[in-house]
This record gives sequence, structure tokens and C-alpha cells, in this order.
Amino acid sequence: MSGPVTPEPLPGPAGEPPRIALKAGGRPILQVEDISLSFGGLKALDRVNLEIREGEILAIIGPNGAGKTSLLNVISGVYHPQQGRILFEGQDRTRFRPHAVANQGVARTFQNLGLFRAMTVLENLMTGRKKFIRTNFFLQAMFWGPAQKAEIEQRERVEQIIDFLGIEHIRKVPVGTLPYGMQKRVELGRALAAEPKLLLLDEPMAGMNLEEKEDISRFILDANEELGITIALIEHDMGVVMDICDRIVVLDYGSKIADGPPAEIRNHPDVIRAYLGTTDDQPPPASATGDITDRAGRAGGGPIEET
Amino acid sequence: MIYRESGQFASSYAKDMRMFPLLQDRWAFGALLVFAFVVIPLIANDYWLSSILTLFLIYSLSAIGLNILTGFCGQLSLGHAAFMAVGAYASYNFAVRLHTPVLVNFLLAGFVAAAVGLLFGLPSLRIKGFYLAVATLAAQFTIEWVLVSFNWFAGGSMLGAIDTPPMNIMGWDVSSNLDKYLLTLSVVVVLAIVAKNLGRSEVGRSWRAIRDLDVAAEIMGIRLFPYKLLAFMVSSFYAGVAGALYAFCYLGSLEVTAFELAVSFRLLGMIIIGGLGTILGSFLGAGFIVLLPILISQAIVFLHISGASDFLANAELMIFGGLIILFLIVEPYGLARLWQTIKEKLRLWPFPY
Ligand SMILES: Nc1ncnc2c1ncn2[C@@H]1O[C@H](COP(=O)(O)OP(=O)(O)OP(=O)(O)O)[C@@H](O)[C@H]1O
Ligand SMILES: [Mg+2]
Repeated sequence: MSGPVTPEPLPGPAGEPPRIALKAGGRPILQVEDISLSFGGLKALDRVNLEIREGEILAIIGPNGAGKTSLLNVISGVYHPQQGRILFEGQDRTRFRPHAVANQGVARTFQNLGLFRAMTVLENLMTGRKKFIRTNFFLQAMFWGPAQKAEIEQRERVEQIIDFLGIEHIRKVPVGTLPYGMQKRVELGRALAAEPKLLLLDEPMAGMNLEEKEDISRFILDANEELGITIALIEHDMGVVMDICDRIVVLDYGSKIADGPPAEIRNHPDVIRAYLGTTDDQPPPASATGDITDRAGRAGGGPIEET
Repeated sequence: MIYRESGQFASSYAKDMRMFPLLQDRWAFGALLVFAFVVIPLIANDYWLSSILTLFLIYSLSAIGLNILTGFCGQLSLGHAAFMAVGAYASYNFAVRLHTPVLVNFLLAGFVAAAVGLLFGLPSLRIKGFYLAVATLAAQFTIEWVLVSFNWFAGGSMLGAIDTPPMNIMGWDVSSNLDKYLLTLSVVVVLAIVAKNLGRSEVGRSWRAIRDLDVAAEIMGIRLFPYKLLAFMVSSFYAGVAGALYAFCYLGSLEVTAFELAVSFRLLGMIIIGGLGTILGSFLGAGFIVLLPILISQAIVFLHISGASDFLANAELMIFGGLIILFLIVEPYGLARLWQTIKEKLRLWPFPY
């Protein structure tokens, strides 16, 4: 059933040697300048400024409803901000549609899964290779020559990712029938298949057990270090965030309240206040390891439905 | 050990991506072709050829077209039969006005239908789901109205029904029912293979991605609008060719009523019963809808059930409707899925664990 796949580390983008992660100090790959986004009267984002630097792993954290997903939606072109600019590699692309953002080299995953449920794992990952398939409609209709060749080439690349994520056994299973954790993994694979420069992950480990979280953390670190992919991720598990991220941005009520390396954020008074809803400057006892999904005293808004 | 994949390890991705990866399926496909091209001409009588098999093939082709739009791309259409009408009238006009060769006619009929499909697909830029379905109803009514109102389309004739001119393909006189069956079969086989190829290529994947979750499809770099329009065009192309075959190989004449709204619904029924998003399902669904009423009426005759003829006609419809509902309850994903399940069972038999 399977093709001949040899386990090997995932090579870098075709033609380029793997880049060394530049970490903090890298030049900005994406700049968000003074962005505001409202839904009716509700300000989901309020004059947010931030930059994502080449080669880093950036965490975006904040209580429920802080505007984290909205920020990703604005960056990936799902929503267009009422105010402000977005620059990708120095070029203004504030009003780009999602497909144009994707073709610039930005991939993302969704908080509540954005897979093509009736399609198999393989087909889902193959959609990530779309921009590399340049054969025309008529050749595809005959599945002949260049069309077949392109399919095979992209299939080989996808098999490497399948291998990398350890999902060989479910290759031909429709993703809708897989357990939640597995679907999250497949969605990460689909984003990686696009060979993005910038990867946006919306709670990639939500609802996973410790072991699964460790796996995903490993994949994220490998993607960053071996493939040189810049990553921005939203995550509530502070343990994971502190472990794998180079820098943290904290949002609260649509505004950025802090931005810095983990050690600094951990003791930032505004952050502690945002999470505990007090003016007490004592660090919260469980903040370094536990989930900080909910702000104490704020009526907990559930996860935002996304389609 | 009849239907197994054991021992069949695809040695390359090329082999794994074949149209039928399993050896048994390839054999079955070959056997089916031999049956359709060789055995049926030997055993089928004129009635079966002209009234049942040719019609079944034409509906299958049209259903494939609808399946591309609705089953693959997820855009519900209630006006598919109208594009058959476009194809039927276009092929007639090319034949009598320009005297283009038969096969070129059919191709042109497909392209004209595709162009009209493109036009009526434009609303998909703004609307989707049920609202788009209602917009496709507009296609049904507009096209029917145009074809009835302007008799230029019917070759300027004032008569209700117009006979199609005789067909000749490079010396082959396509005149007998068998000839027409074979011509239809050849066209349908070629276009079914094309549809299968589209389904397993980038285009088909993009369509299905849009169907499953359009936001995510866009995030993956798929531009929704061109792909939806393409689906409308390809779907209408299939309908157009089917319509041309209907006029030339089945009916032998032009008639708008053959492509009315009820036919659009029947086509929709075919793909739902057969299986959305599968080529096989288009054939199975067309078979179900075309053959079942015939079988029911034969059964009524066979069982000597007597009654007023209008009662019998209604009883037929009721049995037909009942079977559809029963069937949808038993296997909501259609005949193609049922077939898949049977194959899974066969693969494991006799050791189900
Ligand atoms: N499409 C929408 N329409 C209306 N309001 C929205 C929409 N999307 C988000 N919001 C609102 O914007 C605010 C920010 O939502 P967002 O989803 O960005 O929060 P979040 O930080 O991702 O929260 P969570 O941790 O629960 O995922 C919330 O008050 C939410 O109700
Ligand atoms: Mg969110």
C-alpha cells in the first residue's frame, strides 16, 4: 500500500539549504502596525503593534476573548482591519485575500480544526502542495505526462512530511474519522506541506494529553530549527510556552499589554494582573506551568467558533 | 481469496495513484467495458438499446456533470437539465446551420453549455448554499423560456418538435439503435475517465477542499471564485454533451420539455442516491432512477396486479418514492458507499477480525 519511504529528516525548501534560525535579533518578517478590528461595537483588536522576526518562535497569549484568534485572522487575510497596516517582508499587504497571503508563504492552522473532513490525510496534505503544481486543467483531465509527474513529485514531498509526523498508518483514512489529537497533527502537517516562511498556529495542542503535547512541541521545534520556519503560536499551556518560545506577546481586551522574552513576561505586573484580575504583584502560584485559560473573575467565554 | 489486496504493494507512487489501484478493480473495469461494448450488442434487443440503455448512459453522463458541481465542489444546482437543453439546441444548430461533423458538434455543444454555465455561475461569487441553489433555478427558467420564445434556436421552425439530422462519423452511418448506443457509450466512457482524472488531480482536490471548508481552502491558497466557476463550466459541459446525445441518439428530435425542472430534480436524486462526489455513484444513481420504475412496472405486470390504470401508475410512483426514502435511511451516503462497504467486507472475508 505504501510507497517506498525512507525515514530521514525533512529537508529544507527545495533548492535552499536549511536556514539557521536567527532567533531574537532577526529582521522582522511580518509587521503589524496599529491594527484595529471591530465587530459591530466590540473592539476585538485595539491599536495593536507587533512584529514577528525571522527564525523565531513567538507565542501570543492572553485570556479568553483577548483577541488572539482575531489577530491571526487579520494576519492571514480572513478579516481586514478597519485601521492600521500589515507588512510582510517589508511589503504592504493589509488588504490581501487569504489565498494571496498563502501564496506569499504564510500557512496557518485553526483553533477548532480547519481540515477537509471528507478527504483523506494524504489528500489534505496534498492541498498544501497546490502552489507547487503548475500543470493546466487539460493535462490534469488526461492525468498524463507533466500532470502525472507533478502529482508524483508532490506526493514524494508529502510522504516525507507524513513520515516526519509519524502518520503513515492513517494516510488513506478520511480525516473526519480520526481522533481529535490526530486531526490536530494532520492539520499541522497540511500547513507544513505548504513550505511556509511563516507558520501561524492557533492552539495547536488544545485538548491534548502530556505525551501528545510533547510530540507537537517537538514537531514545532524541528520545523523551526531544521526547516527555518518562523512560527507564531497561540497557546494557553504556559509550561509549553515557556519551554519552546523565544518571545511572548500578551494581549488583553484587544490590546497588547506586554512583549518580551519568557523570563520577563513571567514576572510582568500587567500580565499577572490581566490573568488574576488583581493589582497584587505577587506571581501567581501556578502561572509557570498550569493552564491559564481563564481570567479569574471574568465570566469565561468559551472558545470562539470559527468557520 | 477473490477480492484481496494482499501481496499487492504499490512499488511506486505512480502505481499507487492509478485510477484503480487494486488489480481486481482493474479487471472488473475491463470486464465491464467488454460487457458494454461486446456482450450487450449481442444480447440486447432494440427496446432495451433505444429506450433504456442509451437513456441510462446519457443520464449517467449528465449526473457526472452535476456530481462535479455538487458532489465535488459542493455547489447545489437545481437547473442542471437546462444545460442539457443548451447542449441539445446548440448541437442541432451547429449540425443544420454549419454542417459540422457529429463529434465536433457534441464538443461545441459542451462548450456552449459551459459558457452559459459560466454565466449562471457568476452569482457564486457572492452567494452560497440554498441561496445559490435558488439562483440556479433562475438558470432553469430563463433557459427554458429563451429556447421556447425564440424559434431561431429551433432552426426557425414553427413546429413543436424538430427532427435531428442523420449522423455520419467518417463513413460510419450512426442510424440503428445499436449504432446510437455504441456512440453514446464511447462518449460516456471517455468523459467518465476524464472526470475520474480530474477527481484525482489538483483541480479535483481543490474542488473538494472548497466543498468541505471554504475558509480553510482559501487559507491553503485556493482561489474560491475561479475554481467554483470552473466547476460550473465543467459541469455544464458534461450536461451539454449529454443533452446533445439525448437529442441525437435518444430522442431523435428537439424538445424543451425533455429538459424541464423535474429532470433537474431527477438528476439531483441520482447523485444523492448514487453517492455524492463519486463517478461510480453517478452511474449507479442513474441506473437506480432509470431502471427501477421499469422493474416496478414489469413486476406489477408479472404479478397480475389489476386495477385502474391511473391507480397503477400512482402505485408505481409510490413504490418508487418509498424505495428512495428507504434507501436513503439505510445508506445515506449512497450506492457507491454501499458498494465500498461490500468490498471492505469481501476483503476481510472469511476472517472478519
Ligand atoms: N466573527 C466574529 N463576530 C463577532 N465577534 C467576534 C468574531 N470573532 C471574534 N469575535 C469577538 O472578538 C473577541 C476576540 O475574540 P478572539 O476569538 O480573537 O479571542 P481569543 O483571544 O482567540 O480567545 P480564545 O482564547 O477563547 O480563543 C471576542 O469577544 C469575540 O467574541
Ligand atoms: Mg482563539
